[in-house]
Amino acid sequence: MAFIKNILDKMKPTFSEGGKLSAFGSLFDAIETFFYVPNETAKSYGAHIHDAIDSKRSIFFVIIAMIPAILFGMWNIGSLHYAAIGEATTLFGSFFYGLGVMLPKIVVSYAVGLGIEIAVAQWKKEEVHEGFFVTGILIPMIVPVNCPLWIIAIATAFAVIFAKEVFGGTGMNIFNPALVTRAFLFFAYPAMMSGDKVWVNQSYMDSIGGPSADALTAATPLGQLGAGETVSYDAMDTIIGTIPGSIGETSFVAIMIGAVILIWAGIASWKIIVSTFVGGALLAYLCGDAADLNFQWWEHLTVGGFAFGAVFMATDPVTACRTEGGKWIYGFIIGALAIIIRQFNPGYPEGMMMAILMGNLIAPLIDYCFVQSNINKRMKRAK
Amino acid sequence: MGLFSKENREVLCNPLGSNNPVAVQVLGICSALAVTAQLEPAIVMGLSVTVIVAMANVIISLLRKTVPNRIRIIVQLVVVAALVTIVSQILKAFAYDVSVQLSVYIGLIITNCILMGRLEAFAMQNGPWESFLDGIGNGLGYAWVLIVVAFFRELFGSGTLFGMQVIPQGLYDAGYINCGIMLTPVAALVLVGCIIWFMNARAEKAEKKK
Repeated sequence: MAFIKNILDKMKPTFSEGGKLSAFGSLFDAIETFFYVPNETAKSYGAHIHDAIDSKRSIFFVIIAMIPAILFGMWNIGSLHYAAIGEATTLFGSFFYGLGVMLPKIVVSYAVGLGIEIAVAQWKKEEVHEGFFVTGILIPMIVPVNCPLWIIAIATAFAVIFAKEVFGGTGMNIFNPALVTRAFLFFAYPAMMSGDKVWVNQSYMDSIGGPSADALTAATPLGQLGAGETVSYDAMDTIIGTIPGSIGETSFVAIMIGAVILIWAGIASWKIIVSTFVGGALLAYLCGDAADLNFQWWEHLTVGGFAFGAVFMATDPVTACRTEGGKWIYGFIIGALAIIIRQFNPGYPEGMMMAILMGNLIAPLIDYCFVQSNINKRMKRAK
Repeated sequence: MGLFSKENREVLCNPLGSNNPVAVQVLGICSALAVTAQLEPAIVMGLSVTVIVAMANVIISLLRKTVPNRIRIIVQLVVVAALVTIVSQILKAFAYDVSVQLSVYIGLIITNCILMGRLEAFAMQNGPWESFLDGIGNGLGYAWVLIVVAFFRELFGSGTLFGMQVIPQGLYDAGYINCGIMLTPVAALVLVGCIIWFMNARAEKAEKKK
């Protein structure tokens, strides 16, 4: 590994202030800190608490936690594709088909998002922040497989500029940028985000340019439920994830593996995950009963984006509640709202995206109430 | 003092740029969101407001010494309401389709903050000619923001300009889709935000040069 360090050290002056390529300084800085933890330490004044890992390292844990869901999503794309066109396939056949379909989406999302981040960092003379590493992989996972690439590019650009950079970049955003991307897609190009033509891939071209007129059709469980039809998937299908849906969200099992990794690494708050599921389960039990449509109330937690949102989106440390008590309420509200939107708004069969955005919106308010009540309690004690 | 002395030119031109009623004072946002889905109603709306502000400014400026201070708001409202009714009737007579598209928003010009703001802040203290220029300036300042917003909303939301298709059919055949969010007021708010961003950045640059 020493040779990478040598190369980087040799290149450094070229990219520093006054060097030939100083215009790309922030890009160089991003790559350098990608390989090596920076050796600068905080100045000696004031008190600092340091974690052993910086944010770039902690963000890699999130990506590692997502790997099971990504791999399963890729396999599921291929498996649904071969099943729909009626060809036999192997485990690896399905997986490599899905990989080929998924890879362009990941590349587009990273290229557009990181391009804007680097341009802004260079313009403002700041470092490139690492937040987009997670956003960039989240975006391809929460879109249907047949969502065209140029639409993903536009939505990513919109979210990075208007949901993140205008608020001051990584760590300052009110809303989760990946969810803003999805919300933009959902309202700007509803035909590419919902309906029954976007979930199963017929050919590579479908995933690049959008579904063709004779694209394969398949309905998601929530789509069937929303239309009042009998759900054609068993509970076991929804838990394992062999159902149509956005790429990364179908498998409950894969997402739960990710949840365990995240909680073990201490990155995601288990309180938010648990309370989201509690809130969703309670509301689903109270008003989500559709047993006559082959849909148990608890299946609400395994279909659609519920589990994915609860584990990877609601726990985003920037947009979630920071107070420990607030996390319980924040998660509960998200879970409950998601099921309420699913049940009572016929326009939106899926409610998780809206619920988390709503939760992001009120998170500062919850925090404020908890901090205030703490202050009041201590003031009373002081008297 | 000449008709187009330096002060008068400033009265006319400031509302177009550095003191724009929408982008700087953030007035009249409601109608800017409502009527800008297409270019044609936005232009008609902008012109209507320009005419009404200018005429109301002149009338109030002429009345400013006779109106008792206590009832000046009522007098202003009556003048504006009369002018709005006239414009609304003219539109119904000569541009019926547009007036249907604009529906209540022509009537709601009465409640447009720009009008009352100019009457109170300018016409009550200045002569008719200056007030007229101020009205024209503010009306056009409002109109250009509306037109810019409507241009982008119609182009990307419907693929048309003035109702005529500008985005070639070949692009649609290749998979291009109109951006649905542009038809909602959300996009108008984002676009107005971008214009405010641009104006602020320009003002900051001008400040630094000084």
